[in-house]
Amino acid sequence: MFWIVGFVLLFVLPILNVLPADDSWLHVSDFALNRFGKFLAFAILALGLDLIWGYAGILSLGQGVFFGIGAYCMGMHLMLTIGSQSVYGSALPDFMVWNQVTELPFFWKPLYSFSAAVLAGLLAPACFALIFGFLAFRSRIRGVYFAIITQALALMAWLVFNRNETNLGGTNGLTDFKTLLGFRLSAPGTQLALYVITVLCLGGAYATCRWIIASRAGRVLIAIRDSEQRVLFSGYSPATYKLFVFVVSAVLAGLAGILYVPQVGIITPAQMGVLPSLEMVVWVAVGGRATLVGAIVGAVGVNLGRSILTNSFPELWPFFLGGLFVVVVLLFPDGIMGIARQIRVKLAERAVRLPKTQAVEEE
Amino acid sequence: MTEHGSIIYLEGVTVDYDGFKALNNLNFIVNHRELRVVIGPNGAGKTTLLDVISGKTKPAAGRVIFGKDQDLMGLREYEITQLGIGRKFQAPSIYGNLSVWENLDLSLSRPSKGVFATLRGRSTPAEREEIDRTLETIGLKEQVYKRAGSLSHGQKQWLEIGMVILQDPELLLVDEPVAGMTDEETEQTGRLLESLVEKHAIIVIEHDMEFVRQIARIVTVLHEGTVICEGTVEKVQADDRVREIYLGRQKVAHV
Repeated sequence: MFWIVGFVLLFVLPILNVLPADDSWLHVSDFALNRFGKFLAFAILALGLDLIWGYAGILSLGQGVFFGIGAYCMGMHLMLTIGSQSVYGSALPDFMVWNQVTELPFFWKPLYSFSAAVLAGLLAPACFALIFGFLAFRSRIRGVYFAIITQALALMAWLVFNRNETNLGGTNGLTDFKTLLGFRLSAPGTQLALYVITVLCLGGAYATCRWIIASRAGRVLIAIRDSEQRVLFSGYSPATYKLFVFVVSAVLAGLAGILYVPQVGIITPAQMGVLPSLEMVVWVAVGGRATLVGAIVGAVGVNLGRSILTNSFPELWPFFLGGLFVVVVLLFPDGIMGIARQIRVKLAERAVRLPKTQAVEEE
Repeated sequence: MTEHGSIIYLEGVTVDYDGFKALNNLNFIVNHRELRVVIGPNGAGKTTLLDVISGKTKPAAGRVIFGKDQDLMGLREYEITQLGIGRKFQAPSIYGNLSVWENLDLSLSRPSKGVFATLRGRSTPAEREEIDRTLETIGLKEQVYKRAGSLSHGQKQWLEIGMVILQDPELLLVDEPVAGMTDEETEQTGRLLESLVEKHAIIVIEHDMEFVRQIARIVTVLHEGTVICEGTVEKVQADDRVREIYLGRQKVAHV
């Protein structure tokens, strides 16, 4: 299954993008492929959230922050590569000229380098999660309290990134990117390559999460969800395991942010605040917790639904999303994966029953 | 009883919950390979005693020494567990969403229980054999791939005992192991504990006096956070203060 889906995502879709004529029904448009690339970036984040929430039972409402940090690292790099092609013709990003900043702030300088930007986009969320998680888990903050302080974290990050004084573009965020490593971002070929890289990263993230879950450490995570006290008295330090999985989820969220920015072309604080962080939780809930596949299905499915619905009924989307969450929590606690499993079980039962009824009829 | 022969040594331990002394200047010693039963009325401090030894509760004063000279004060629960103290809780405390095998596999004593060792670790044949042996002992061989959450109450109790045995502790702390068990299960549990004494020291907290008579050699009676009597079942039952505590309570109950 993994290889079939991987094959479709990695070869079939790109080939359908490149080969058939533009008006053929088989043709996958550049726009559609680019959209899908964005959803798959979200799926990487959802995998991390499933690790920490689905398996270890720790609800983090702050994943948007890690996503945002990753995205801003890449966004800052892209801003710097614009150079003097910007509207004001200055080597500084436009918004700095607008804000009368005359010198590039120190924390922007290393991001001239692409590899430094990628590294920062992965390590900054990791360090942030490490410090925050260390303090929270050492103090044995758990359950709803952890959810609340991570939500506060998301609010705080949103406020900080919104301010002009932080030199991160304020409310308007970072945009008008031109090139990435010398390739024009507006070129379909560049976007296709970004799409393929995203698929590969998703595959790698999925394999990593699977590996963690299949190991004994994965069972410790489930054990923490079941009975944290027993984990202590089985000789494991739950705080260390929670910290580990929190950092992994932050790195995956950062990676998603890095891949998101060049494909979407803009990053603003609105993408990393309280609401997006909550929406990420909905993805995983809808797809089905503690399945990994469900996280991917949920992230792609909900975002696909969103892009269809916001085209036709833009104002209805928030109601739809809220309704979806309520319905899933009340009626389908195991999400799409749970429904799929139930259908499989029903079909298997029917397959067992059918020959019997036939036998009765023959008698 | 010398200090050096003891597996656990508590001296002057006081636990203070906002003025209520759950343990009050308690002295308590258990020797290697001893099965000690602790009894006492509700609120006597029995569970608090286990909490102190296992690191769940930090005493306000006193000393807790494990083995020859291992000070347990200030250590965290998982560190104390790794030193060799296992604990079985009163209500079955198992991992409901893992299989019986996985429950036992996680509990098995291993040189490192850190994240990176656990990520890479695979069970060795020797470890599998040990788990198999324990499955036999606790009578859950048939249920090995079942979700632990779906076991009966008695089976869950036994699974937890199995998990604690696999930790291979030098000292086992067992809190009311037969609560909610049938007579037959109770007797089996008693035999199991007695067989374990050959290798481990065990502290059992118990209410069921019949069960106490089945397993006990030495009984410690706790009352209001201190030891008031210690000795054989007969000696304890003949003790005036012990009678007073239990009978006194009955009198109150009759009034």
